[in-house]
Amino acid sequence: MYNHILSIILFTPLVGAILLMLVPKENKDAIRWIGNIFGFLGFAVSLPLIPWFWALKDRAGFQFVEGAPNNWIPSIGSGYVIGIDGISFLLIMLTTLLGAVSILSSWNAIQERVKEYYVWFLVLQTGMLGVFMANDMFLFFVFWEAMLVPMYLLIGIWGGPRKLYAAIKFFLYTLFGSVLMLLGILFLYFHHHTLTGVYTFYLPDLYATAPKIGGHAAIWLFFAFFVGFAIKVPMFPFHTWLPDAHVEAPTAGSVILAGVLLKMGTYGLIRFSLPFFPAVAMTPWVRQFVIVLSLIAIIYGALVSLMQKDMKKLVAYSSVSHLGFCTLGIFALSPLGLSGSVLQQINHGISTGALFLIVGILYERRHTREISEYGGISNVMPVYATITLIMFMSSMGLPLLNGFVGEFTILQGTFMENKVWAAWAVPGVILAAAYLLWLYQRVFFGSVNNPKNEKLLDLSGRELATFIPLVIVAFWIGLYPKPFFQILATPVNNLVATVRPDYPGLTKPVLAAQPVNPNPEAATPPPEAPRAPETQKPATTGDGQKPGVAATQKPVPVNTVKANLAAAPAVLGK
Amino acid sequence: MTTSLTTFSLSYSSADYLLALPMLLLTVFALGILMIDLMLPQQWKRLNAITALIGVAFSSVAVVKLHLVYHAAEKQGIAIATFTGFMGSLVVDRFAIYFFYLFLVGAGIAILMSMRYLEIEHENHGEFYALLLLSVVGMMCMAAGYDIVLIFIGLELMAISTYVLVGFLRRDKRSNEAALKYLLLGAFSSGIFAYGLSLFYGLTGSTNLGQIAQKLQEVIATRPNDPVVIFALLATTTGLLFKIAAVPFHQWAPDAYEGAPTSITGFMSVAVKSAAWAMLLRIFLFGLYPLRPMYVPLLIFVAIATMTGGNLAAITQDNLKRLLAYSSIAHVGYMLLGLIASDGQTNSTGIMAIMIYLLVYTFMNLGAFAVITSLRRRNIIGDTVDDIAGLYFKAPTEAILMLIFLLSLAGIPPLAGFWGKYFIFLALIQTGHYALAAIGVLYSVVGLYYYMRIANSMLMRQPVDAEPVRTSPAMRLALTITAVGTVVIGLFPNFFINGANWSLGLVQGTQHMARMLR
Repeated sequence: MYNHILSIILFTPLVGAILLMLVPKENKDAIRWIGNIFGFLGFAVSLPLIPWFWALKDRAGFQFVEGAPNNWIPSIGSGYVIGIDGISFLLIMLTTLLGAVSILSSWNAIQERVKEYYVWFLVLQTGMLGVFMANDMFLFFVFWEAMLVPMYLLIGIWGGPRKLYAAIKFFLYTLFGSVLMLLGILFLYFHHHTLTGVYTFYLPDLYATAPKIGGHAAIWLFFAFFVGFAIKVPMFPFHTWLPDAHVEAPTAGSVILAGVLLKMGTYGLIRFSLPFFPAVAMTPWVRQFVIVLSLIAIIYGALVSLMQKDMKKLVAYSSVSHLGFCTLGIFALSPLGLSGSVLQQINHGISTGALFLIVGILYERRHTREISEYGGISNVMPVYATITLIMFMSSMGLPLLNGFVGEFTILQGTFMENKVWAAWAVPGVILAAAYLLWLYQRVFFGSVNNPKNEKLLDLSGRELATFIPLVIVAFWIGLYPKPFFQILATPVNNLVATVRPDYPGLTKPVLAAQPVNPNPEAATPPPEAPRAPETQKPATTGDGQKPGVAATQKPVPVNTVKANLAAAPAVLGK
Repeated sequence: MTTSLTTFSLSYSSADYLLALPMLLLTVFALGILMIDLMLPQQWKRLNAITALIGVAFSSVAVVKLHLVYHAAEKQGIAIATFTGFMGSLVVDRFAIYFFYLFLVGAGIAILMSMRYLEIEHENHGEFYALLLLSVVGMMCMAAGYDIVLIFIGLELMAISTYVLVGFLRRDKRSNEAALKYLLLGAFSSGIFAYGLSLFYGLTGSTNLGQIAQKLQEVIATRPNDPVVIFALLATTTGLLFKIAAVPFHQWAPDAYEGAPTSITGFMSVAVKSAAWAMLLRIFLFGLYPLRPMYVPLLIFVAIATMTGGNLAAITQDNLKRLLAYSSIAHVGYMLLGLIASDGQTNSTGIMAIMIYLLVYTFMNLGAFAVITSLRRRNIIGDTVDDIAGLYFKAPTEAILMLIFLLSLAGIPPLAGFWGKYFIFLALIQTGHYALAAIGVLYSVVGLYYYMRIANSMLMRQPVDAEPVRTSPAMRLALTITAVGTVVIGLFPNFFINGANWSLGLVQGTQHMARMLR
């Protein structure tokens, strides 16, 4: 189990999908139960990863590596290699959690073609996990593209009135970005061959050679990758597919779309764009360009949110704004900015995922999302109103909740780089409060002025169950974000050291020094690695003591950065 | 001259005929079907199809046998020359064997698809299968021909059989119209092609591709801008491009595809196209290799025009067969990029990409046509985007399979179609054709749009008619083969990549095809 944990996490949903195909489609309840069991199982099997990864969090490079660089298609040098670091670990946990939650949320919402729905949803789950796990460029690309198909079908079959348009727009936009990326990948592949004489897509190998591309080629390549990721994020000029896709998608589809799919773009920027092309990312005009796009997204997304009459569209545009913070943090290119960005991606998954669930619950009851149709809902649905308030607070970045920690860290990191950038980003926070509070006021406060709303039922136990884990995580990150920053410290430190070797207080990049290990067994830790879930609550393990194998391994000296990072939460957290 | 010919013909040995065994077997079965058909009562007509399938199976066994002998000979270091027969006009090399497999798979699946279809159309005659097998014989001559006369005879055998097959639905106006158009334009282009080849014969004094290349080298060296050479090249290229339906010589394809019996449309789009490609590669890479600097700019223009024309025209089509016809034109554009990238001597990636492309195309496109064929019911022609609407509610399996084929055609990994495009773009990047690669990938996004239009209609709309879709066992077998092929090649392409490499003599990665074959 320990050595194959990633494969187990990756394929559990797929196994569920295959099992579901065997169930007769008339038996809807059995299908729902099996779908939910596998949704939950997908989350359950990822839980052991928490203590196991915690024990290895100070190690550089990819952990839990499985497979070998050439074992899938030897003739082109591609392999089934999966492994994770702190960044992908957090995103994987987010994916499995949101997957379980959104499958649970679709119990009543999906009444037609139930079997297909759960099959495609579970396939989607595997596709997304694969993107975050792949350590082989080619495998990554396959997951990246393959995952579009189930999402396209989820929007197109179970979506709203303009579903056909939205589905195909989503598919075309993202494919447009990824085909250019494919050309970029192929270029890196040949470049690696020119330098080393080896054809491979193995990511650590490409990390070593890709930064050696110079001149115009590097800039072209950077933008080939950038367009692919920016469309996915989506950054400002490429964002138009997002509101359409969100508005038309079924609730669970929106949750996954906002919670996980968008993160693939930011993940791609962190995992590929920065370490492949550090020099380009640090080129002033490129950096300025990306940051300006991010700032436009922050302000523009928020302003457009303010004007929406449809709740779901409002949440969709707020995603554009929030993701602007994430890209801003990434291109601040400092440890604080990057770790804040990753944390904000998790936060956005939690809170925006919850916001879509919230909108979905009203929509299930009234079949409209027009804000003007509602008013005084807190009188008829008090529990719902409370949960909504918590999640609105979390999304707008109120202290004690998760959004604040992420946004604050990003702003802090940006401020240290350039005060003007930070100054332009701050209005985004204020506008977020404006559009969310205004929405809350219009929907929940006052008296019930629409007779149709008088008999609305409050949350059922199942619906409440979808929110509880999200509320818990929101408070956890808000109150005690330290373990998250600790998990991010090593990969973020290495990344900044790769991109900016001169950044003060950093060690040499450890990624490049990581030897290519042909033996997958050796890459995973020896058997005496701690298996007891002694770090179920990671906070109890102090900084100094490193359990089990981590102590015997040479730890990466990241103390400076850690101190740096610890400073922020210490101020905020308690 | 006469005496030399007789001595040569006397020197034919049994080895010559063994090389031609796959073709001879098919011919025997085709003629057999024609005779048996006379004696068969109407309700036994299905036997014709079974006989044809047995013929394909026998021929396949013969190809496997040749393959094994070839393998053994290579191990013992016997020169490739021993695999030429009939005075060097027939070369059963790896390249030819690879194409033999493709043709036989395509023909086999097309026969399976036709069985029920012809019954519904009330045109269940033995000639159909006989012509199908004869056209495969023609294709084999095109793939294995190393002499322009043999290649041309093969081409005509294939083409004439196909003209008749396209017009096989005698009572259907569209079918007749398609056959006539195809015949007129096909004959016209064959004429131009033959004229070009005759000019090359005049220039070089030989019909053997190897000798033509040698002589052309000398001609080019002495007279670099000989107008006769240029004219001959233009005429030959026109003929070849017509046969693969590249823009601007593509006009016949949508009409012929639309009117032909659907199973024949599928067969034409894969096997006939593969044969045309085999011929094109033989001529361009061997006979006309010295003229490569002249024809590459021409091909670049044609490739871009083909991708543009095919993709843009496909967007507006409402007839599925026309849509797939334009999409197959677009696919030809991508394949041409492979020929532009690689010359087969210094770099073979692009040629190998074409080989892979033709392989995956055989499965996915035949699969798509198989689904469309199964839409043909008693009173419904079933070939428009509306006819496929709500297919999921009537036949979920067919709808999901169609989705797989469409995604594969659009080049979404991990399905087979992705590998065709992947290697094309790989070759372009490897040889530094970045702009062409960018144009190619962008057009593949356009391609996704029209394929997904079909998928939208199929999965997300309500059915227009209530007539159920039923598939015969033979059709189910055809669908299974194509679907398994599409998925398996997609997930585990290594074996097939090695196969394509083998066909070009690239197993060790050092030898290039030309050296293997000469």
